[in-house]
Amino acid sequence: MAEAVIETTGLRKRFGAKTAVEDLSLVVRRGEVFGFLGPNGAGKTTSLKMLLGLIAPTAGRGAVLGRPLGDVAARARLGFLPEHFRFHEWLTGRELLAVHGALLGLGGRALDRRIEALLARVDLVDAAARPLKGYSKGMLQRIGLAQALLAEPEVVFLDEPTSGLDPLGRLLVRDLIRELRAGGTTVFLNSHLLGEVEATCDRVVFVKQGRTVHEMRLGDDAGGLDVELRLGGADAATLEGLGRHGERLEILGAAGGEPGAAAAGDAPGAGAPGNGLRVRLRVDGEARLPDIAAWLVGRGARLYEMRAARKSLEAWFLEVMGADQRPG
Amino acid sequence: MSPLRGVFVVARLTLHEAARKRVLLAALLGGAAFVVLFGFGFRAILGDEETRGMRAMERRLLLSMITVAGLYAVNLLTVMTAVLLPVDTLSGEISSGVMQTVASKPLRRSAIVLGKWLAHAGVAVGYLLLLAGGVLGAAWLLGRNALPGVGAGLALMALEAVLLVSVSIAGGARLGTLTNGILAFALYGLAFVGGWIEQIGAFAGNEAAVRVGVVASLIMPCDAMWRLAAHHMQPALVRELQMSPFASASLPSPAMVGWAAGYALVALACGVRGFSRRAL
Repeated sequence: MAEAVIETTGLRKRFGAKTAVEDLSLVVRRGEVFGFLGPNGAGKTTSLKMLLGLIAPTAGRGAVLGRPLGDVAARARLGFLPEHFRFHEWLTGRELLAVHGALLGLGGRALDRRIEALLARVDLVDAAARPLKGYSKGMLQRIGLAQALLAEPEVVFLDEPTSGLDPLGRLLVRDLIRELRAGGTTVFLNSHLLGEVEATCDRVVFVKQGRTVHEMRLGDDAGGLDVELRLGGADAATLEGLGRHGERLEILGAAGGEPGAAAAGDAPGAGAPGNGLRVRLRVDGEARLPDIAAWLVGRGARLYEMRAARKSLEAWFLEVMGADQRPG
Repeated sequence: MSPLRGVFVVARLTLHEAARKRVLLAALLGGAAFVVLFGFGFRAILGDEETRGMRAMERRLLLSMITVAGLYAVNLLTVMTAVLLPVDTLSGEISSGVMQTVASKPLRRSAIVLGKWLAHAGVAVGYLLLLAGGVLGAAWLLGRNALPGVGAGLALMALEAVLLVSVSIAGGARLGTLTNGILAFALYGLAFVGGWIEQIGAFAGNEAAVRVGVVASLIMPCDAMWRLAAHHMQPALVRELQMSPFASASLPSPAMVGWAAGYALVALACGVRGFSRRAL
């Protein structure tokens, strides 16, 4: 397992009587693209600022790149794009990168070469000599991304990096994140755009009311699969046995009839005539599917249909946040 | 990056910003207009028949008083620049979010405050020297009139400017731009009014009024620095006979200079401490 580059335990931040972050405990490993998800007001940006040393935690402890939060030397190995990237608007794009390079302790021809390469990468060579006040929101976001990557950081914090970007800009950011991952850079991504997160992240953590409430891997079988089956000749014992291949077995009803979930033990459709009984089961991966099919056939059940679907991140989000979560 | 290099990088960025800001350009244009106006006024007084009819000593005293009056205006312009130029350098960048990307770089928070202080103190002192040089140069070129104690006087005026820059930056580390500006000018107003109360008290022989003025100078010693500077730059006869509106009936003690320097340092230290603890 790769080393942890970010590690926090019980991190808390209070602003007067208000608690912004209650208990942030997480581990981010080197080289992964890590998604940090939660509704508005969940404490995501405050958490990110604590990791960067912009806000001092009230309690708890944490380390970034093996150094305490806010360590000056460690910050030389970090990149950061804030949610609303702002800089002195009288600077040109190229001057902005030169200023940030100087703030990072960089200089000389190496910095010049790095600036030109990044301007080309974020497609801003043509606009590099223009003041930032003439930049569109998307251009500002892209030049901000370039400044975050100036020092070839080991960990990059991106706070809503695609907000304000058109589809082409989003694609550019997505490609950049993939390039960073391929180069071994760790990316800490805070985004509301679940589609972007799903397309780029290896792992996500959900935050609710200042607490980390759920963690899951994304990818091929991450989060499991929902398998829908249409069976004939399945008795109660078969359904009970089927339930042991996964979790949350739901009986949806007779095919073509009115859907309705019921406990497996009720087996109302056992031996249902016609098109059989529809059931749904959550399994941990594709590898389970042939086993389930073989087991059912071996039990004498008739398998008319078997469909597996990955649960979307949005569905996960809604499930984890629960019905009590209101729009932020 | 070494802490000292961090200070210079931030100072360079701040100077770059000041050069591009219209407020500095406006201050320079206003200052240049003032120096030109002063030159015309000085020349008009020189050419006046009554002035030409004066004895050399009387003429010298008159021209010295006019030159000190010019420096008084320079002092006011410098005070404005020293307060207004840095008033939003921290608070403005914090509220706009600019500070997040700067403070997330490998810089100590103290380097950010000290870099900004260094640049603004440099600009304020440079502005003072430019304008004071204009006034003193015009007085010399047009009337061959030179003030005594110019070195000590300008040093005290520079200390006043640095003191106000320190207060303005310290306030910006914890307060919003508007609140900070109001507070800095309120302190200056208090010192100004306190200075007059002290003078009137000294003329009237009212010890209580003098004490009120001294307390006001302890709360904000900037006006005391100007009064000391004006005292140094006036001919000895004017000082002794208190023949000018800029002569001081109650002169701040030399210890007040140490107090002002210490005040500036403590204000700067408070700014560093306040900014280091500030959530960005």
